[in-house]
Amino acid sequence: MKIIGKYFIFLHSLFIKRESFNTYVRLTLDECIKVGIDSIFIVVIISTFIGAVTAVQTAYNFVTPLIPRYVISLIVRDMTLLELAPTITAIVFAGKVGSNIAGELGTMRISEQVDALEVMGINSSSFLVLPKIVACILMYPLLVILAGNLSILGGYIAATLTGEMTPSEYVYGIRVDFIQFNVTFALIKSIVFAFLIASISAFTGYFTAGGALEVGKASTKAVTSSCIAILSADYLLAQLLL
Amino acid sequence: MIEVKNISKYFDDTQVLFSINGKFLPGQANLIIGSSGTGKTVLLKCIVGLLSPDEGSVFFDGRDFHNSGRSEIQDIRREIGMLFQGGALFDSKNVEQNVGFPLDMLTKMPRDEKLDRINFVLNRLGLANSNKKMPSELSGGMKKRVGLARAIVNNSKYLFCDEPNSGLDPQTAIVIDHLIQEITEEYNITTVVVTHDMNSVMEIGDYVMFMHKGQMLWEGPNSDILNADVRELQEFVYSNKLMMALREQTS
Repeated sequence: MKIIGKYFIFLHSLFIKRESFNTYVRLTLDECIKVGIDSIFIVVIISTFIGAVTAVQTAYNFVTPLIPRYVISLIVRDMTLLELAPTITAIVFAGKVGSNIAGELGTMRISEQVDALEVMGINSSSFLVLPKIVACILMYPLLVILAGNLSILGGYIAATLTGEMTPSEYVYGIRVDFIQFNVTFALIKSIVFAFLIASISAFTGYFTAGGALEVGKASTKAVTSSCIAILSADYLLAQLLL
Repeated sequence: MIEVKNISKYFDDTQVLFSINGKFLPGQANLIIGSSGTGKTVLLKCIVGLLSPDEGSVFFDGRDFHNSGRSEIQDIRREIGMLFQGGALFDSKNVEQNVGFPLDMLTKMPRDEKLDRINFVLNRLGLANSNKKMPSELSGGMKKRVGLARAIVNNSKYLFCDEPNSGLDPQTAIVIDHLIQEITEEYNITTVVVTHDMNSVMEIGDYVMFMHKGQMLWEGPNSDILNADVRELQEFVYSNKLMMALREQTS
């Protein structure tokens, strides 16, 4: 409970004694490149393969001819939108970006760079953390959109190359019974997950004390805590919104 | 002038500072000395506001730092420069960006003027042509000098140095000491240096405050330190062979 209270006080501190708006714009753009552009490669690889594997495994489980083949791509689409694109990508994002945020802030803390900012009269938490959170909230939904599209494309490539489905069957399955809200739901999840990953990782890194060993521990803790928060929020959002 | 009045600090139930008082005058190097773990850095952090004292306060030219409003505290902080033990340079910025950081954040100085000021300070500290170097490319002494440049670039009225000589060879340490002293006198800055290096004490200690187990046991100019009648101070001063040899020769 004490840690949760400290976390909310930390979040509050991001919004007091802020620097000029232009400073944040510049910092946020830098962070967008770090958390967004630099994550594209891993997201492309993982989402394409997840889509392909989902298509192949779904096809493998369809043993009865009573179910039409287009249901495979329908399952790929819904699994991608509801779970794979926002949640699995979030776990990967926590591993890549979350650990990076915690490690960077932890190193800044133990090498007194955070103190140097404070002595200058700069609100270090707001200056260092707010741009990271905003950048994650801006960039992660874009990564999820990319992941969703690539996952469906991966499923298409796998399903058609293995001969499980014809291209027209796959496209038909993608279009049939489409629920538009699923896209909105995926985007809502992506915003919540991005906030959780960035804020939890920053919180863990910002309060690192000790040396290099503790920075490593903070990075690991940031990923673990972010993953737990993502899965808990995933369940809550599913209960509330579906 | 910085005035420290009855500063006490506790960590949980352990008291680490016991009602410390002192006056640090401008234009002279004020040194806080003592063995490791005596509370020197805690006192320094209380003075610059990185820690809040549990009792007492610090006055910067009569302005009560710990009992002021947010904007007054901000104003005082913008007059403070600090050289950290490891330099605390921002890893992602080069020398020029590190030194210019306080100007970027705290002033609306035009770009050209800013660059002139950065180059002036870098030249003053013997760092000409190092503008584009990254902190990882600098030696320990250079990092300290860049840290010092960053601390004074904004015409700071108060300069704080935490163990400026730690990790440096004796020659470089003396260079840093002299730079601190020269800058202090040249710009009439109120400088407070935390150190346990007796060479620094003898080189630049205009006013020395000796701390032992969280208490201030002695204060005075460095010329009086060798004859001070405080056992803990004598043990501290004559703990190294050079000082012992000096005492034997003098006696």
